[in-house]
Amino acid sequence: MISISRVIADLQVTSRQFLRSRVGVFFSLIFPLVIMLIFGAIFSGGNGAVTAYVQNNDNAGGIPTQTSAAFVLALNSTGVVQLAPVPPGTNFTQFLVSHSSSDGIVIPAGFEARFRAGEPVNVSVYGSPASQTSAIVSGVATQVVNQFNLYRAGGSAVIKVASLTLKSTGAKYIDFLIPGLVGFSILTAPMFSLVNISSQYKRDKLFKQLSLTPLTRGEWLLSKVIWYIIITIAAFILMTLVGENAFGAHIALSIYILPFLVVGPFLFVSLGMLVGTASNSPESAAIVGQLITFPMMFLSGTFFPISIMPTWLQTVAHVFPLFYVVEGLTNLLTYGNVGPATIDLAITLIIAVAVFAAAVRLFKWRED
Amino acid sequence: MFKVVVDTLRKSYGDVKAVDGISFSVGDGEIFSLLGPNGAGKTTTMEILEGLRAKDDGEVLVLGLDPWKAGYELHRKMGIIPQGFRFFDYATPREAIRYYAKLFGVKADVDHILKEVILEDAASLYYNKLSGGQKQKLGLALSLVNDPQLVVLDEPTTGLDPQARRAVWNVIRELKKEDRSVLLTTHYLEEAEILADRVAIMNHGKIIIAGTTEEILEKEGSGERLEVRASESLVDYLRRETKLKVEYSNGTVSILLERPHDAMIALSEVEQSGIEWKSLRTREDTLEDIFVKMVGGSTTEAGEVV
Repeated sequence: MISISRVIADLQVTSRQFLRSRVGVFFSLIFPLVIMLIFGAIFSGGNGAVTAYVQNNDNAGGIPTQTSAAFVLALNSTGVVQLAPVPPGTNFTQFLVSHSSSDGIVIPAGFEARFRAGEPVNVSVYGSPASQTSAIVSGVATQVVNQFNLYRAGGSAVIKVASLTLKSTGAKYIDFLIPGLVGFSILTAPMFSLVNISSQYKRDKLFKQLSLTPLTRGEWLLSKVIWYIIITIAAFILMTLVGENAFGAHIALSIYILPFLVVGPFLFVSLGMLVGTASNSPESAAIVGQLITFPMMFLSGTFFPISIMPTWLQTVAHVFPLFYVVEGLTNLLTYGNVGPATIDLAITLIIAVAVFAAAVRLFKWRED
Repeated sequence: MFKVVVDTLRKSYGDVKAVDGISFSVGDGEIFSLLGPNGAGKTTTMEILEGLRAKDDGEVLVLGLDPWKAGYELHRKMGIIPQGFRFFDYATPREAIRYYAKLFGVKADVDHILKEVILEDAASLYYNKLSGGQKQKLGLALSLVNDPQLVVLDEPTTGLDPQARRAVWNVIRELKKEDRSVLLTTHYLEEAEILADRVAIMNHGKIIIAGTTEEILEKEGSGERLEVRASESLVDYLRRETKLKVEYSNGTVSILLERPHDAMIALSEVEQSGIEWKSLRTREDTLEDIFVKMVGGSTTEAGEVV
């Protein structure tokens, strides 16, 4: 029979140990915050537009012709590319190389004359086939060319593309970073702490000591889970507030986030317990704990979306329980996508229950 | 009524017989000490009494309960400091006592308990800032939170400096005044001799002798002796001239005084021998002498037999 008052008494002691030792506070709250400030600052530089070098060779007496100027204006008005003018007459290829770029557009001399006369004329688009930015520049150029052709033919566009802005659009780096860092906190705070205390308490016979009081194993574990849920929620609120206010992150808040903030800590409290009690000494427990924690920390999409990793590594990432926590949180926080998040939650819960069962089997108050 | 009854208790780890058929009991308001070197089986015995270990065979009743089966109920009624007591680094004694009071569901007079174990001065220090003696006193304080009628102390002063040890002894004496029974293990003979009403000396899993200190000395002690620092030739002289029992070791001639008159005979014979002597004194066995004789060596500070 679980006694709420004993759980609260133990929770009080647990929270004091956590707050007074400061290590836990650092890893669960301050460290992710610092990461957010650093990474957030690095990746929020510029407006994110693609730079395209433009050389307008269609001049009359040093002044661009009306049509070529209109073409450049049209390119600029798409807002997708940021234009950087290149002086007419310069070797364009060399210019691109010297500016470490492969993306550019060249308007040939006689552009206006041929356009008005209805003669074919080529606008050259430079790019590298492998580059994402080249594809964007080429797409923009094609779009503008089509408009000009349509105008020349005297027609009007029947099919138009209406460009709408989704709430989640443009998911910026910071929008991936926030769920990732909440996941980081869910992983590290309980893992480091539980691996540490469960192996140390075993060595120092503190568990034995507690077994001589009415406190039960279940109550002890429950108070740890509750405490790390509180820490996780604190981390979540902190990340969200700083992310939104400092970096203009878009967070889709919903009640569905809460189960992750409960099941996540439950999973890693159990995993920490399992590692701590299965090890023979605090030293070996710490090593095993780090061997599990560090790869999981970097490969589960905490600091960057896993879509940038090679496919085989993405497959590996699916082994880590944290992957499902971060994926679920990203689905919810970044895209407001509840369906897939439910699957992530279910997987997390199944792993958590299995790890918890294993930890409870190994975790003993007394010996035979 | 007995607080603790142990009858032919046995416990083995593999081939090692840690506890090999021991029997003893602890009465009301009594301090009973289990004395012995490391590895004698004291802690195993204690852990069985505390319900932390299962016994192999024999009878164990603590406060009328089977500790292994009714451990949870038993722990509410007894106070225990396990060997090498430790607590959470960042908890103060005051918080620790409150925590235990909540776990036991009792109203504890925190100040009274702190005073009882003489720990008022350190009441607000974190555990990791306490001295060794203060840490042990906190252990004592926690064992008192549930106002137990039986307190079990497993090596409560091991590793403490003499001053801290004496402070803990004072606290243990206070426990007796409050009519609590105390079961104490130690490898310090002095500690058992000073504190305990009754002592059991344990070695290799067996109790080799038990009783009050006086009973043990009477039974196993060699009686009063006259000791004289002199050469071994005095031994030959006395053996030749008298019927006294004489022994010699390390420059000391030891003459057993079996009858009251023996002392006078011994003194005059020593004088008549004409052999040079000095430092005359009478001596009786202490518990330590008995221990050395029975265990086959004395124990070091850490409890190892040498």
